[in-house]
Amino acid sequence: MSLSVENLRIAYRTLRGDVQAVDGVTFAVADREIMGLAGESGCGKSTLGNSLIFIEGRMKHVGGTVELDGKALPISDDRAMNHHRMRDVSIIPQYAMSALNPTKKVGTLAHDLLKSRGMKLAKVLPEFRRRVALVGLPENVLEMYPFELSGGMRQRATMVISTLLNPSLLIADEVTSALDVSNQRAVGELLTEFRDLGYVKSMIVITHDLSILAQIADTIMVMYAGKLTEKASASTMIDKPLHPYTQALLSSLPEVGVRYEDRELTGIPGRPPSLLSPPPGCRFRERCPFAYDKCVEDPPFMELLPGHQVACWKAADDVAGGAGREHNEASATPSGGAGDASPERGPSLGARAGKGAE
Amino acid sequence: MTRYFARKLGLYVLAFWAGVTIDWAIPRLMPGNPIAAYVDRFALNSQGPWTALYKLFDKAFGYNLPLWDQYWHYWDNLFHGNLGISLYAFPEKVTTMIAQAAPYTLALLVPAILLSYVLGNRIGAMAARRKVLDNTVLPLGYLFQAMPYAWLALAAAFYLAAVEHWFPVEGGYAAGLASGFTWAYISSLLYHWFLPFLTVFLVSFGGWSIGMRNLVIYELETDYARYLRALGARGRLVRRYAYRNAVLPQLSGLALQLGTVIGGNIVTEVVFNYPGLGHLIYTAATDQDYALLQGIFIFIIVGVLVANFVIDIVYIWVDPRTRLSMQGAAA
Amino acid sequence: MSGVDQAAPGGTTTARGASPTAVPLAGATAPAGARGGREAYDSGRRWEFLYFAVRNKKLLLGLGVEIIFVLAAIIGPYFAPYPAKEFVAAAALHPSSQHLLGTTYFGQDVFSLLLDSLRESYLVGFLGAAFAGLIGLAIGFVAGWRGGWLDEVLQTLTYIVVMIPSLVLLIVIGAYLKSHSAFFEGVFIGVTTWPWVARAVRAQTFTLRQRDFVDLARLSGKRGPAIVLKDIAPNMASYILLAFILLFGSSMLIAVNYDFLGLGPTNGISLGDMLNLAELWSGLQLHMWWWFIPPGAVMTLMVAALLVANVGLDEVFNPKLRET
Ligand SMILES: Nc1ncnc2c1ncn2[C@@H]1O[C@H](COP(=O)(O)OP(=O)(O)OP(=O)(O)O)[C@@H](O)[C@H]1O
Ligand code: SF4
Ligand SMILES: [Mg+2]
Repeated sequence: MSLSVENLRIAYRTLRGDVQAVDGVTFAVADREIMGLAGESGCGKSTLGNSLIFIEGRMKHVGGTVELDGKALPISDDRAMNHHRMRDVSIIPQYAMSALNPTKKVGTLAHDLLKSRGMKLAKVLPEFRRRVALVGLPENVLEMYPFELSGGMRQRATMVISTLLNPSLLIADEVTSALDVSNQRAVGELLTEFRDLGYVKSMIVITHDLSILAQIADTIMVMYAGKLTEKASASTMIDKPLHPYTQALLSSLPEVGVRYEDRELTGIPGRPPSLLSPPPGCRFRERCPFAYDKCVEDPPFMELLPGHQVACWKAADDVAGGAGREHNEASATPSGGAGDASPERGPSLGARAGKGAE
Repeated sequence: MTRYFARKLGLYVLAFWAGVTIDWAIPRLMPGNPIAAYVDRFALNSQGPWTALYKLFDKAFGYNLPLWDQYWHYWDNLFHGNLGISLYAFPEKVTTMIAQAAPYTLALLVPAILLSYVLGNRIGAMAARRKVLDNTVLPLGYLFQAMPYAWLALAAAFYLAAVEHWFPVEGGYAAGLASGFTWAYISSLLYHWFLPFLTVFLVSFGGWSIGMRNLVIYELETDYARYLRALGARGRLVRRYAYRNAVLPQLSGLALQLGTVIGGNIVTEVVFNYPGLGHLIYTAATDQDYALLQGIFIFIIVGVLVANFVIDIVYIWVDPRTRLSMQGAAA
Repeated sequence: MSGVDQAAPGGTTTARGASPTAVPLAGATAPAGARGGREAYDSGRRWEFLYFAVRNKKLLLGLGVEIIFVLAAIIGPYFAPYPAKEFVAAAALHPSSQHLLGTTYFGQDVFSLLLDSLRESYLVGFLGAAFAGLIGLAIGFVAGWRGGWLDEVLQTLTYIVVMIPSLVLLIVIGAYLKSHSAFFEGVFIGVTTWPWVARAVRAQTFTLRQRDFVDLARLSGKRGPAIVLKDIAPNMASYILLAFILLFGSSMLIAVNYDFLGLGPTNGISLGDMLNLAELWSGLQLHMWWWFIPPGAVMTLMVAALLVANVGLDEVFNPKLRET
């Protein structure tokens, strides 16, 4: 087990009180696993990712533990954490296009960074160059300033620098969202290649784009308003999601490259609740078409089927009572009810899901 | 590269032309007749000699010529290094007077500007990360920044000179001291130099330190700083980068700042009766010594242009973006 | 975008210079509403600003001090113990219960004089800031919106104005122009200090111009000037307010320089005039500190209060700067 997170809670301090951006999440990522993390904007994906490497100014570690390769990761201790950064955990941040100091050459930056970590660039230089070529950057990129590179090139440069020390865990936050479709696919392939070549052991890929996850992820985890709603293997997630929120996400995602961000969730109006003082019970209740009286209680994140965790009362009922007992009409929706083979899934997604789950 | 410099040079030339033209036009645009005013000063009580003198001076200054010719002559003289003759210190040449005063002004301005810039940047950057320093530097910085030069100079002259006698109240060196490369003379120069220098220094220092503090805080919040910290870079490296990037806007601020410092320097020289250009231009104005006045104006403009040129060069040197964008795009 | 050429001490860097580099971000990023509070949307934002404004100590302190001085300027003269310009007592009296701040070389009551001179200092400061602000906005908007050759011309003009030290220019003009009004002084200050506003406004107009909402406005058939005034300017409102406050402070300081050299308005009396007279009549040599220390100290407080209020406002508008 490469990474295991127990009941992690992260908040932002604001003048109006704490914003519980990550509210008790528990999950694990296995060696060589690429886990996709999806969810609407503002649900806490980046906060979760960032908290595993750098808890900055306004963030607060409220509770929970993180273990990496069997050892505790001291995420709330900035100093102790420094040793693990880049070496054990690394990140391609959401702001990757502006992550490089504009007045330093890419090579100088890497040199300074490594020196500040007590290492020498010269030692890893051949490897650095090899990877630069691998991601398709020109050879002389080390001698170039970030403003001489395009946004996509800067992102790739960041990718190479972040993984230079072969970390156990890489957090890739929205690495594809600002790119055009062909580049998205290329970067997605690069991520798997980095894993296959052993540059990184395991990966959390945060994205808005479920079709990219279908392509590269082994497992997919979905968040809603600071909490986990569902986690399963990529193919299960795409073919047989159990949580009404996941079902809505998928039904509102007709084509490759379209981000659910850009569309209303079909048939599910409204916005996620405020994280400042979230309502009790299931956080999706306000928008959930299946909400019933039990949903005023917080649904636990439980393993309903082998390797398939869901936080939903209705899904739990469905699974317990066999497919389609009470909410049968649900299986009429494209994503289908629990246990449905749903052969009518869109071929594009289904096909890619198969590849991702290899 | 050449294009960039050609462009900059064009701007300098244009600014110089504008300065000289304004300088030339002011006496001719202003209400009243400068020649008449000048002749009036001889306090002649009969009309005859007055008219004769008027004609004489009108001709001497070339005011009787057509405007175009006057303008042309003006440039012609300028290029021959001829700024005219002082009326008040007749027959001293304006250029000689400027040459005598300029070293004093430069001795005040250059160290004050450089030291306040360097120290202000350092202290401001330190204040950005040390609470204690921030709580002292910031209020002090704002206070200095809010002080009128004239008042700070008066207050310094009053307390440190008039009351405590630690420094002389006025002048550039002790009266009656022969100039030369002697210890007595040089120490006297330094002794008189200190208070005016301190005044100009302090006000600028306040501004630079506050500006730098804000810029560094801003830089430390940028994405590249977050990224470095997320990858475990030491604070020292992050701060070095932030400082280096924050210096760039400070440097362009320096160019824009010159006019202000020059103004403050003039006022300070007046308070301390310091024999520099500021004091000279002030007395030239009160004495209505027009040639001298206009000569100093030109000289100061040239000085500002030269300083800007130097700053431009330094900027190109420290900011890779200008360095590399120079082949192509706009300045 | 940083820096000001004002032949004044005052805002060395902040009142003019570097800080506006950081400041404009308040205006530039706020419209996007992307960072910080996602809950903050248009109508809500105004309330949010108010919420933070009444809780910001710097803003309250700065504003409070400034209001006291403004009140003193407006109603002070009616409560002054003596008629300001008249010779009411013996010359050069030390401060006493009769004359709180002593008397001048001519026997005027310094305290009454001080109350009287606040008005002109404020007036000139306001005029200077208003003119500089208007010119700067106009030139910045036009240059940033139109771009092209017009932008080039205006940039060159800006550059030239920056290159000519305004105090030196005023000294030369003053040698010919013997008398002028507070209005002239205000206009002169305005005409020589607009460049940094113009630069910042131009840069921001340039960025805002490329935003979606401007495209939308353009598609809906609005004309350039209407878009600039109705869509772009409101997005820079916070920056414009901050810039005006800085201009106000720096204009007052510039005026002190001018007045101190005897280049100020011919009639009337300002804080700078008091310094000028004290210097001319050897207040320094006679150790009459009560004559020249109070006016400068008052001016320092007036400007410092503005600077502090400005920092507070900046924090209100710019969530990144807010302390938690
Ligand atoms: N610096 C901050 N201060 C206060 N609240 C914050 C801050 N950053 C984020 N938040 C809040 O925390 C919540 C989670 O933010 P986060 O950036 O993790 O979302 P996200 O899922 O990554 O969104 P996106 O998909 O847009 O990147 C949001 O509601 C946001 O408003
Ligand atoms: S727990 Fe209830 S409200 Fe929440 S998703 Fe499930 S059915 Fe909907
Ligand atoms: Mg995010």
